Amino acid sequence: MSRLRRNRIIDTGFRYVGIAATFFGLVVLAVFIFNILQQGLGRIDGDFLTSLPSRRASRAGILTAWTGTAWILFLTALIAIPLGVAAGIYLEEYGKKNRLARIIEINIANLAGVPSIIYGLLGLELFVRAMRMGSSLLAGASTLSLLILPIIIVATREAIKAVPNTLREASYGMGATRWQTIWYQVLPAASGGILTGVILALSRAIGETAPLIVIGALAYVPFVASSPMDEFTVLPMQIFNWISRPQQAFLVNGAAAIIILLAITFCMNGIAVYLRNRWQKKINW
Amino acid sequence: MKVIVAEDVNAYYGDNHVLKNIDLSINEHTVTALIGPSGCGKSTFLRTLNRMNDYIDSFRVEGKIRIDGKNIYGNKVRVEDLRQKVGMVFQKPNPFPKSIFENVAYGLKVQGTKDKKFITERVEKSLHQAALWNEVKDILHKSALSLSGGQQQRLCIARTLAVKPSIVLMDEPASALDPISTAKIEELIMELKEKYTIVIVTHNMQQAARVSDRTAFFYLGELVEYSKTADMFTNPKNKRTENYITGRFG
Repeated sequence: MSRLRRNRIIDTGFRYVGIAATFFGLVVLAVFIFNILQQGLGRIDGDFLTSLPSRRASRAGILTAWTGTAWILFLTALIAIPLGVAAGIYLEEYGKKNRLARIIEINIANLAGVPSIIYGLLGLELFVRAMRMGSSLLAGASTLSLLILPIIIVATREAIKAVPNTLREASYGMGATRWQTIWYQVLPAASGGILTGVILALSRAIGETAPLIVIGALAYVPFVASSPMDEFTVLPMQIFNWISRPQQAFLVNGAAAIIILLAITFCMNGIAVYLRNRWQKKINW
Repeated sequence: MKVIVAEDVNAYYGDNHVLKNIDLSINEHTVTALIGPSGCGKSTFLRTLNRMNDYIDSFRVEGKIRIDGKNIYGNKVRVEDLRQKVGMVFQKPNPFPKSIFENVAYGLKVQGTKDKKFITERVEKSLHQAALWNEVKDILHKSALSLSGGQQQRLCIARTLAVKPSIVLMDEPASALDPISTAKIEELIMELKEKYTIVIVTHNMQQAARVSDRTAFFYLGELVEYSKTADMFTNPKNKRTENYITGRFG
């Protein structure tokens, strides 16, 4: 076999390996989604969304779960966005670029990689016990806020870094203060990037189960939470609870709840991608 | 009257000594050109005049710079006030990604001016002064980024004038523009001289010769020669100045 021929075979071979590698994940996901849809789609109706959990699968709904998820999402956003964006602004615009700044930067990146159950343990000690929040929505949201803070901080910094310095100089040159420059120029220019990061971070938060199990979120909550101090459950916990039961009917419920959860995360990621594209188009300094 | 007086100014970026014992004073309502090869310190000097280098962590300045008799590096100086008095136009047109109107009104907005009528009048007047009004009067609410490069630069000048500075610093304001736009900017500089003191950094020797009353030649962080523009270009006293303006280096 000539060398040329051999190289060509390797070339073609790699192309198919590459295609296979690309499609492996997609096919598995597609099969999974198809399977879930087939099982659960028929179960979704108005009653499913508006019913409390029940011991009888046919009457059980996800009202407490999705309202819990909505609560958690709202509270987490309320806590994590101001903190994360403020930290990102400080580090990028105010903080000096010295050794300490680099150490902080590396540590924030490291925090983003800490397993979520560790955050759960931290939340259990800090929020549930030390601060006596109990297994409440507030404790859960606080824990998830810690979990996604690094993501928001990093996204904010990246977005702010992408704002050209000429814009800041123009603003300072007109007699604007640092804060005016940030508020009127830097943040509007960086908002697309920050928003994208925030949404991706929140869509990670709504899928998290482990830290919420650790802080004591319940799988069976027979009422809709009405204040941040109420006990709660969320969609992933409800799903976990249903699919670990032996009855087939509950598995169907689980599949239906998975569809709802997937729909929410896909929507959020879709919005994030849309915002990112729009933002990229808008920047043409 | 001498509005800008620099006495024994030294500046550093970290260990890099970029301005060495600069003594230079500038008269009211004149155009002063700062020339010299890249890295000679002319832009750094320009930016010390409204403290635009403050945000560079490693930057340090020694000596005194007095504007209207007050040391601008003194303790009591509010840098925001200084910059309203000493406006700046940058090398690359850098309008805000907002409407033309908002660009010009920005300086008033950060001062806290709320009076809409006053702002509208000032915007119109500033655009007139920058010779841009006729081109933009019907599109004031369109994005400033839709203007051409030359128009954007005149917008940046209008924006600077809107806060009524007494001094305007220009850092190679025409280097990113085509010859026609450049000519317009130069014409504008000549007009603005009536009311403002202008300090302009330029790489273009002809431009310095055309627009300025006095010229300062910087080389390796030193002020080599500073005299009337006509004198410097016809009869430079220093050998290095002569070599530079005749194009032997730089």
